[in-house]
Amino acid sequence: MKYVDPHAHMVSRTTDDYERMALAGCVALTEPAFWAGYDRGSAEGFRDYFRLLTHTEPRRAAQYGIRHHTWLCINAKESEDVALARSVLAIIPEFLTAPGVLGIGEIGLNKNSKNELLIFDEHLELARRFGTLVLVHTPHLEDKLKGTRLIMDAIRNQGIDPGRVLIDHVEEHTVQQVLDRGFWAGMTLYPETKCTAQRACDIIECYGRERIWMNSACDWGVSDPLAVPKAAMEMRRRGHGEDLVRRITFENPCTFLSQSPNFRAE
Amino acid sequence: MAPAGTCPLAHTRTIDRYFLEHRAKVIDIAAFLDRIDRSQPPDNGREDFRLVAFRRTLEILTDGRGDRAKRVLEMLSDHSVEPIERAPMQGAFGAVPPPSHTGAAGKGGGR
Repeated sequence: MKYVDPHAHMVSRTTDDYERMALAGCVALTEPAFWAGYDRGSAEGFRDYFRLLTHTEPRRAAQYGIRHHTWLCINAKESEDVALARSVLAIIPEFLTAPGVLGIGEIGLNKNSKNELLIFDEHLELARRFGTLVLVHTPHLEDKLKGTRLIMDAIRNQGIDPGRVLIDHVEEHTVQQVLDRGFWAGMTLYPETKCTAQRACDIIECYGRERIWMNSACDWGVSDPLAVPKAAMEMRRRGHGEDLVRRITFENPCTFLSQSPNFRAE
Repeated sequence: MAPAGTCPLAHTRTIDRYFLEHRAKVIDIAAFLDRIDRSQPPDNGREDFRLVAFRRTLEILTDGRGDRAKRVLEMLSDHSVEPIERAPMQGAFGAVPPPSHTGAAGKGGGR
């Protein structure tokens, strides 16, 4: 099986994980910028992180035949410090022309605060100005429903084509409205929060195969870099055919991501 | 609710495939509630808002209507519409805290 993991934080993973993913059929992945588990102290810390994403990780992935792509931003968790966030936004354009950079992400909201929304909007403005794709993180747990609505309204107000925006971490209470408004939807496969493989299959069965994908979002927390092939196995065990498995795990990610000239699956 | 037949597995096969796993999860929930009963009483004498929400979600499981997962998630969601003034923490609780709540960040959902 050949697949794409469209959301994986490989800076947090070992080289062994690249090997395991390649053995499982991963041919390409995309790595959004995210929260390191602590608040970084300066924009220079982000400059180093962006170099890691745009230079070091592609080389590590290439050793196993995996094409690495990335997205740049400051995470919503660090957006309460507006001055820091703006200084990070100012350096992002330096990296947008690097090979493998797909756009702005994973931007979004965390606690749905005014400052988060302000910085989210400034990220959108950057994406609009440079004509990039957008990968959106939706908030956790009790904050997801409200945050998803605020996010979609902000994108609409910026006039960005929803077909160029992937709204990630959807669950049963948000997926329908995301798809109804023309966005792409991502399901993140986590053992405890977000979506299990079984629920991801349920969502596909209930909401269809159009404009939707699955990702591992593997990082430094409880997560599994092989979550996508395991979910594919769940689909097969239920009796779904290879055409649907391939559609969700390979073709759909390629269709969305190929809107960027920097994406190559193989 | 999605129409019957969208899952390709036959009824009995679906139960065969998933029953034991979810039997274990129900027992885990029962044991969790027992554990809370056996724990030290709360300082303020009031039941934790998360547990109140949790008990309400259990009613959804047995009301005989569909879209259970969606309705549980909605019950555990903040339904306000305006952005808040300032983020009070970086984590999430899993249920909506009352306005007076000033507790520390919830465990889970931190990234």
